[in-house]
Amino acid sequence: MKIFKVIAWIALIAFVGIQFFPTDRNESDLIPQTDFMLVNQVPTSIQNQLKESCYDCHSNNTKYPWYNKIQPAAWYLEDHVKEGKSELNFNEWDSLSRRRKASKLRSIIKQVESDEMPLSSYTLIHSDAVLSKAQQTEIIEYMRQLKGEAN
Amino acid sequence: MSKLRSTLGVVAIAFITLTAVSCNDNKKEQNKADGDHSEMSVDGDHSEMNHDNSDGHHDVDKNAMAINDSQDSKAEVILKDYFNLKNALVGDDNAKAKDLGMALTKSLKSFDVSSHSNTEQTELKDIIVDATEHAEHISESDIAHQREHFKILSKDITDMVAITGTNKKLYEQFCPMYDGGSVWLSMEKDIKNPYYGSQMLNCGKLQREIN
Repeated sequence: MKIFKVIAWIALIAFVGIQFFPTDRNESDLIPQTDFMLVNQVPTSIQNQLKESCYDCHSNNTKYPWYNKIQPAAWYLEDHVKEGKSELNFNEWDSLSRRRKASKLRSIIKQVESDEMPLSSYTLIHSDAVLSKAQQTEIIEYMRQLKGEAN
Repeated sequence: MSKLRSTLGVVAIAFITLTAVSCNDNKKEQNKADGDHSEMSVDGDHSEMNHDNSDGHHDVDKNAMAINDSQDSKAEVILKDYFNLKNALVGDDNAKAKDLGMALTKSLKSFDVSSHSNTEQTELKDIIVDATEHAEHISESDIAHQREHFKILSKDITDMVAITGTNKKLYEQFCPMYDGGSVWLSMEKDIKNPYYGSQMLNCGKLQREIN
């Protein structure tokens, strides 16, 4: 019986202990000149949807949920955001060459088309981020049009 | 008093556990680095062994190595890896394509553009960055994704060859069915479709000859 108590104590203390580890928060009020919305004429409805569904992981500013204050959830989110930004950062869109833009647009189209993005682990909690079929089509059509210009 | 002591004990144990865990992570990273290192040193040993080896194979090995060395930073190595990758996709071999995606990533990263003019350098660097990203994705995806990335990779490699040139004769081939029409490069005139593999092996046509 005593052993359980000890284990419980250790778990509790470890849990408290990891709360002191700092995480890099992905937050910035600055919207750089290279932002996707600034360099493209994006229709408002698509702007809103992209911000809701994509910008948390694919820009320099994440709207964090409350549980980001708690480890290990914060670590998990940090990893996701880091990976998301390394694949695509809408804030830095215009720093990409034409070739890279065309490449990224194609990936965006494919990922939205096949329901891979937004990630299901993300939409599970952010129900607003879910793209309806109509929204998907709207985004895809727009990205296709952009891609046509880039090619 | 004894309660205080046991609490202190528990705190100490937790602290040690935490430290151990974080040390472990460091160690893991170090091991990983060591692993890479030893892989490299295996290659090194290998060349040394060849060097010491005085039997008939010696010269042959050395020549092969010399060719590899002199071509290491050139477009031909990238092409070689690209064709191996293409063949893996033709053979529906996901695992092999992953390995070759990795190999291609490496040869793309070691590509030296310094012998080209400034404008060509900018263009080539752009191509290499894009191609590297696709090669990286190929090294970690399922076969459907690999083929999606292979399509853009093929465009990148075609554009690269247009600048660097090659001593090989290449065939640009075209599959009208895959993703609204897709191109790939091959060393053989015969069609072997990397986008469909065994499902539609001979679907496609010769579009252009290079060289």
